[in-house]
Amino acid sequence: MSQLVYLVPLFPLIGFLINGIFWNKMPKTMGGIIGSLAILASFCVSLGIFFEVKSDSFHGPVIVTLFDFIQSGKLSIPFAFQVDSLSSLFLLIITGVGFLIHVYSTSYMHDDEGMVKYFAYLNLFVFSMLLLILGASYLVMFIGWEGVGLCSYLLIGFWFKNRDYTNAAKKAFVMNRIGDLGFLVGMLLVLLNFGTLSYQQFFGQLASQPAVSSSLTTWITICFFIGATGKSAQIPLYTWLPDAMAGPTPVSALIHAATMVTAGIYMIARSSVLYSLSPMTLHIVAIIGLATAILAATIAIRQYDIKKVLAYSTVSQLGFMFLALGVGAYTTAVFHVMTHAFFKALLFLGSGSVIHAMGGEQDIRKMGGLGKHMRITQITFLIGCLAISGIPGFSGFFSKDAILSAAFAHDHVLYYLGVAAAMMTAFYMFRLYFLTFGGSFRGTEDQHHHLHESPAAMTLPLIVLAILSIVGGYVGLPEVFSEHNQIATFLSTAVTDFGNHHLEGGTEKLLMAISVGAAMLMIIVAYSVNRKPNFVENKGLAKVLENKWYVDELYDTVIVKPIEGLSRLLDRFAERMGIDGIVNGVGKTVRWGSDRLRLLQTGQVGFYIFVLVMGMVALFALSFFWIR
Amino acid sequence: MPINSTHYLFLSLLLFSIGIMGTLMRRNAIIIFMCIELMLNSVNLLLVAFSKMYGDANAQLFVFFIMTVAAAEVAVGLAIIVMMYRKVHSVDINILNRLKH
Repeated sequence: MSQLVYLVPLFPLIGFLINGIFWNKMPKTMGGIIGSLAILASFCVSLGIFFEVKSDSFHGPVIVTLFDFIQSGKLSIPFAFQVDSLSSLFLLIITGVGFLIHVYSTSYMHDDEGMVKYFAYLNLFVFSMLLLILGASYLVMFIGWEGVGLCSYLLIGFWFKNRDYTNAAKKAFVMNRIGDLGFLVGMLLVLLNFGTLSYQQFFGQLASQPAVSSSLTTWITICFFIGATGKSAQIPLYTWLPDAMAGPTPVSALIHAATMVTAGIYMIARSSVLYSLSPMTLHIVAIIGLATAILAATIAIRQYDIKKVLAYSTVSQLGFMFLALGVGAYTTAVFHVMTHAFFKALLFLGSGSVIHAMGGEQDIRKMGGLGKHMRITQITFLIGCLAISGIPGFSGFFSKDAILSAAFAHDHVLYYLGVAAAMMTAFYMFRLYFLTFGGSFRGTEDQHHHLHESPAAMTLPLIVLAILSIVGGYVGLPEVFSEHNQIATFLSTAVTDFGNHHLEGGTEKLLMAISVGAAMLMIIVAYSVNRKPNFVENKGLAKVLENKWYVDELYDTVIVKPIEGLSRLLDRFAERMGIDGIVNGVGKTVRWGSDRLRLLQTGQVGFYIFVLVMGMVALFALSFFWIR
Repeated sequence: MPINSTHYLFLSLLLFSIGIMGTLMRRNAIIIFMCIELMLNSVNLLLVAFSKMYGDANAQLFVFFIMTVAAAEVAVGLAIIVMMYRKVHSVDINILNRLKH
């Protein structure tokens, strides 16, 4: 089965080609069906691969080489796929959640004229992500890495007639490019120092050469981490992700849950051997992750756009994952990627259902009391909120608790700050929930009349994801409950945790009680604050939070504006005076010279003959003296 | 008076000079053309004379070349003059400056 792994990215590629080539000739429904079927086919193959990897007869990673990609001197980079527990798990997440989002999109995008094109992009997105996951070397990963960057640009700017949306797309692309540069430099460092980009050879060399200088590994890991901050929206490159809300809502779900933002986590988990060699980078990763988690959570508290709240919650949850990576608990981070994929896809699709019912309205100040009209959306959304807040019994509890206890084992301060971020998570999620579904309707009469539950193609994925959001956590039971942490055992063949995360049973239970209690408390606070919402203008800190700590404005003044000024300066002097001056100068000189030379062409044939004879005489004279 | 190479030399010099002067001074295209032919043939004469003087047949080879080229040139040149006459009913070279500017 694992030899058939090339089928997994092949199906979305075929779907992309069919939809992409015939996008203006095909009926809309057809495009949706082809797009969804392509992902479903990949999902089936992924399932087969997953169970093969899970079975006992599977030993070590399988490398499937498709063809020689780069062959130059000693350098040889084949285009190969690697199947092991890590990639097979990600395959399931991407194709599974991706398929549900495709199904949801068939209904959500049905009124859009560019629907077939949309599905083409969506398939290309999944294809790139699968390439990123499956690659057996950093180069193949990089191809997918760039591919998802391109697709996010295409999809965020899908409604390209709106200038703000295209600006958001450009922002996402440029920010990603900044990160990509880091990744590229890291890759070149690996290539220069180790002569290979393949994971197996590279990690093998790392293991067999104990004398690899630590400053080298630090530089490589930092470069890779810069790449990860771009793709996975960490400080300082996180601002593109909230703006990426400009795209259609299922796209947000895809970006936030299945594809794109998990790429950074995957890359670091994949390079766990390398990162374990560099504790300093791990510290940086943990600190950046925690800072992002807290910063994004504070911003989310004061946002009024339903999708913006979710976007910042994604940034915050990604911060948690980086915290887990930073303390060396790679498997826990991957576990959180999985549970997060379920409940964040659920929340985004739920918010899409709400926006659909509200006729495009995204401001939660104008919602309220929607629960009566859309019961399925309400219940599934509630499950998502409970999961992300870390309430016991839901998937988020297990993964978030595992992260927090790993942080506690590493450093107590990390733990306390992590709990603070988790408390804020519970608060803003339930603020969102109560404002949207609780209370009474605050919108216009027209909107109230329009409210309805979404069609089955939208509610079914919600229900499936809600179920997954509950049961998804039971594959990673903490040690105090069960000796079999299935996901850790499963991943241990591909990813090796770093450091000791073992806690006393009692301590762990206590930690759990603290975080659960804190989350519960915040839910109650959120309820009491938002039971009778009155939206006065924010002042002081709240205003700062509403304006996202003015980070965008800061970037604007510190980076964007100076670059614009410099560009204007270069345009005026280097471009118009320098380069244009040279080009125009050459033209002017030739023209001036020709103007003078033209006088020789008198049109008098007699004169020409005279010049001819004079020339002849001159040649005679010349040869006469020459021979002398 | 025996005729030696010097006589040939002066004869061809004379012919060449007539050719040059005719080319420079006349305005009739056909006369100019004939003068050019005269120059070519004075050179031919010179070549044959030197060939005889040195007893080397290589120079006569050149004479045939020049005669061939001259024949071709006459064909093209006369054609041009005929066309010119058809257009402007004159073979005066001074009215050919209409292409100026």
